[in-house]
Amino acid sequence: MSSIGDAWEYLTDPVSWTGAHGMFGTNLDGSPRFQQDSIIALAIEHLYMSFAAVAIAAALALPLGLWLGHIRRGGGATTVISNVSRAMPTLALLTLFSASAIGFGNRAVIIAAAIFAFPPILTNTFTGMAGVDADVREAAFGQGMTRRQVALRVELPLAVPLIAAGLRTSTTQTVATVPLAALVAGGGLGVIINTGVATQRYGQVLAGGILIAALCLGIDQLLSRAQRVATPLPLRATTVAAA
Amino acid sequence: MYGRRVDNPWLSLDYLRRSGGEVWEHLQIHATLTVEAMLIAIALALPMAMLARRSPRLSGPILGLTGVLYTVPSFALFALLAPFTGIGRTTVLIGLVAYALLVLVRNTLVGLQGVDPDVVDAARGLGYSPTRLLLTVELPNALPSIVAGLRIATVSTVALVTVGVVVGYGGLGQLMFRGMQSNYRAQIATSALLCLALALVLDLLLVLAARWAMPWARSRARSAVA
Repeated sequence: MSSIGDAWEYLTDPVSWTGAHGMFGTNLDGSPRFQQDSIIALAIEHLYMSFAAVAIAAALALPLGLWLGHIRRGGGATTVISNVSRAMPTLALLTLFSASAIGFGNRAVIIAAAIFAFPPILTNTFTGMAGVDADVREAAFGQGMTRRQVALRVELPLAVPLIAAGLRTSTTQTVATVPLAALVAGGGLGVIINTGVATQRYGQVLAGGILIAALCLGIDQLLSRAQRVATPLPLRATTVAAA
Repeated sequence: MYGRRVDNPWLSLDYLRRSGGEVWEHLQIHATLTVEAMLIAIALALPMAMLARRSPRLSGPILGLTGVLYTVPSFALFALLAPFTGIGRTTVLIGLVAYALLVLVRNTLVGLQGVDPDVVDAARGLGYSPTRLLLTVELPNALPSIVAGLRIATVSTVALVTVGVVVGYGGLGQLMFRGMQSNYRAQIATSALLCLALALVLDLLLVLAARWAMPWARSRARSAVA
């Protein structure tokens, strides 16, 4: 297959990693720019967009999940949100945002990715908080702890394994979603595939697929380690069993 | 911004009147692609899950492999397939089957493993052959888990079809993409809503089929209410 040979050639050519004109440039308005022909620059852009999206989602979902889980209300609503988000095609949100006032490019992608990163964090935080043994809660209240103390010092530590799992799911999923950015004139590694299809260089398409798959598997591995570290020692055995 | 110069509504009957045929055509492509992928996936997943169930040595690698494959994004999978299967329907179909397969194998296996061992023992004690045990005891008992997997797989497949745009065959996604390129809001919104509606309808059909296939669950639910 010549595609495999072409992919190998593309991946072993230093220019495809560093770009023909360096990795970074400046836009007309002076803002920094990731060169779209450099794998390294595109990978950095990819990670930047992913983490921006997850950060936005976490900033909203964590407090909301903590609060809802603590008062133990809204379980139905969190389920509905995660179900609807599964049925909603990412491309639909991307194109809707691009055609709206948000406009084309990375901003639309980050907002759309953040919306899809939201449900796993919310659901897991809620389940983690609401799943804390009622006896433990009672005992904490009985010792005279305030609601805030119960939530932050008793329930939150016990919910950490599930919250970490939610953050991992959401991050992996976001890194996998961001390639679609290439379809709405955004950046990230998807650009390699999109350019390859458009110019009928299928070796490059294949190489792009390999790069994205490798990035996703790598991030997932990394996060599964981080998840383990974030889990308090006594809770580790149960997390493994649950996974 | 654009609204002041040209009227560009998100929803317009005018669009449906003018391009209704095209919308209908893409909806059909989307629906048939989804259904076809699901049928192939079911035909492959059931034997695979049963095989993994029969020999526990296979279940580890099968689950591990499905887990790894699931981490690979659809966009990348289409790109990995495209050089070999070409641009168009085949590539999208293979990708869709692969993802649906992962969910189905997992859920079927979990369902089979979750069957009460006492029930299996009782059937075996009654002299059931392995095949009869599987078909009349284990599979019906695993049905709730299988149906749950089917629902997840179907709904995600409807959404995944749109990613097929990258190889030029994305069903309603094709309309979204063209609508975005020409800044035609009605086209994007209409196809997005139809995607959601299609997922909802297929999910509802599955729920109804499951109710029909599991009469015992229905009566149990009723007796639990009463």
